[in-house]
Amino acid sequence: MTATSTKPDAPEASAPTQLTMAGALNAALRDAMEADDRVVVYGEDVGPLGGVFRVTDGLQERFGEDRIWDSPLAESGIVGTAVGMAMYGMRPVVEMQFDAFSYPAFEQMVSHVAKMRNRTKGRMTLPMVVRIPCAGAIGGVEHHSDSSEAYWTSTPGLTVVMPSNPADAYSMLREAIESDDPVVFMEPKSRYWSKAEMSLPVRTAPMDRAVVVREGTDATLLAYGPTVRTALEAADAAAAEDLSIEVVDLRSLSPFDDETVGASVRKTSRAAVIHEAAQFGGYGAEVAARVTERNFHWLSAPVLRITGFDIPFPSPKLEEYHLPTPDRVLAALDTWEWDD
Amino acid sequence: MSLNVEHHSVRALPSEKPIRLLDNAGHAVHGAAAGGFELPDVETLVELYRRMVVARRFDVQVTALTKQGRLATYPSAYGQEACEIGAISAIEARDWFFPTYRDSIALLTRGIEPGGILASFRGDWHNGYDQHAHRTASQATPLATQALHAVGLAHAARLRQDPIVTMTYLGDGATSEGDAHEAFNFAAVWQTPTVFLIQNNGFAISTPVSRQTRAVTLADKAVGYGMPGYHVDGNDVAAMYAVTHAAVERARAGGGPTLIEGLTYRIEAHTNSDDPTRYRHSRDVEHWKRRDPIERLEKYLVSEGALSEAARAEIADAAEAVAAHTREVMTAEAELDPLELFDHVYDRERASLLEQRARLEAELADAAMHAADHAGAAR
Repeated sequence: MTATSTKPDAPEASAPTQLTMAGALNAALRDAMEADDRVVVYGEDVGPLGGVFRVTDGLQERFGEDRIWDSPLAESGIVGTAVGMAMYGMRPVVEMQFDAFSYPAFEQMVSHVAKMRNRTKGRMTLPMVVRIPCAGAIGGVEHHSDSSEAYWTSTPGLTVVMPSNPADAYSMLREAIESDDPVVFMEPKSRYWSKAEMSLPVRTAPMDRAVVVREGTDATLLAYGPTVRTALEAADAAAAEDLSIEVVDLRSLSPFDDETVGASVRKTSRAAVIHEAAQFGGYGAEVAARVTERNFHWLSAPVLRITGFDIPFPSPKLEEYHLPTPDRVLAALDTWEWDD
Repeated sequence: MSLNVEHHSVRALPSEKPIRLLDNAGHAVHGAAAGGFELPDVETLVELYRRMVVARRFDVQVTALTKQGRLATYPSAYGQEACEIGAISAIEARDWFFPTYRDSIALLTRGIEPGGILASFRGDWHNGYDQHAHRTASQATPLATQALHAVGLAHAARLRQDPIVTMTYLGDGATSEGDAHEAFNFAAVWQTPTVFLIQNNGFAISTPVSRQTRAVTLADKAVGYGMPGYHVDGNDVAAMYAVTHAAVERARAGGGPTLIEGLTYRIEAHTNSDDPTRYRHSRDVEHWKRRDPIERLEKYLVSEGALSEAARAEIADAAEAVAAHTREVMTAEAELDPLELFDHVYDRERASLLEQRARLEAELADAAMHAADHAGAAR
């Protein structure tokens, strides 16, 4: 094994295949490990089991235990050792298994992963990816369905992205691994089994860009990860009432794509942000404030937030009451005065 | 190399009596008390003596500069020279060191410039030297977090079949942190070439070791992880060097990690903002001052005829030169560029940071204009 990087050659696109998001992430890890021998993958149960969501399925067989292995059960240890590995020049991709399991690693994330580059005036950067399966709607028990994005997005030095579909999942994970900045890569669990046809290696929009996924003229729904589908369903339903709703998939939570979002909001003059996380101090507050600060004179209504309640994530049998639904989105849109 | 390492888990408890090669009077110790280790050769001991003398002079100088307000804070290592210098002298330039905030004198021994070591304590930037060039990580402030970095880097190097060793220092208080446990465990499971040095200097700020652990020695903890542990007289630089050197050699040969506890004492306060008279008795401090690590080695070297008056004078001069250089660097006004605040947060350019940078730039230009106006009006 040598310490040299091998840049991905212009790869030949495969025939179109049907892939789930979990399958697309698996393919992205496989292709990244194939393209660059500095990429290593570890975490809890990622080896023979292939991860509890099978995102790493078959990778240990293919690449061996020196490239992908099961770590002791300790999240701070996983992230902290990844810091050291990245310092040496590897590109570790580590898994947190479940969102709420990442909290023991919080100190490593905010005190070291986020700050190392700044602390060392750019002499030491940490090219690492922390994969965090996130959010609810899979019937998980307590600590298996949190939305922790605001903790990471309010930490300067971290890049935080969340794909909502299989093609983005592949493309954004490849880009995250190639990035010299540390990336928190959030994977909405409820979308792991969503399917799409694609030719690998697919490259969608750059990781730091938001994308308009549905054109409209009357209002903009800003969504990410699991709520993109909610927004699209709400937009479909609204169309039946002659409302033309644009849906923007934010994709990148930090940095925020003010340009794409601003262009949409200035076109429609109304905006609402949808997320599963609690509302108070949540990511939607940042979105609403930014959109208002930059586009106030184009807005004809206050920016709305359709979010989970300000409660700890509920038990599986109650989560349907907590999570934002298309109906809740439509009800929120009804609170606007539609006089123009 | 594979993770399928042969496991040689260790069950032997470290000796309760610290391993020692020179006693308080500077006499060589042999037999069981020496733990099977040999006194290093006299050239090595003279070099360790030189490094300790220079380190102490530096430490005293920086403490003085802190009292003059030239540094915001400084955690002194006065009295811990044997631990600091003995262990760091056992690794090579190719190896990596992961220090804490108290390990400035180990960084000095590692060849880092005083200005670089002290940048963070002066308040210029959070780190003042090139990690890669010195193979030395930033001085970590959160406790025990850097130990995991040491394990990760060691593991990466091992996967690359690069025969380097990582060494990290922790305080006695840091052993209570979760990251210490995770680092010890990861290192042992992965059999990384890592040497952990716990500097047991008696107190975590004001909390004595007796309120930190019920373990008989901190080195005992090694047994639970399946790695060797050594309890060493941390004021005996010969023992500190011999034990860490053996651990480094073992690690380099693929023998995995080692946990070493150096039993020492912090003579000064935790930092300049601390009041140690509130939590310890002066007679304890006096007791430990009589066990001074430099005097002990000096007695031995003089008795062996290995340290002439001329050599001592030359070493003292070298120490003065370092002190003078430190004074010079630390009394010069630092040149800081506020706009650099935005330059190193991300590798990728970020629009929001460029906007904020432009805002600060405009504020600075504005302030400069006003200052010029005032100067003009005053004339």
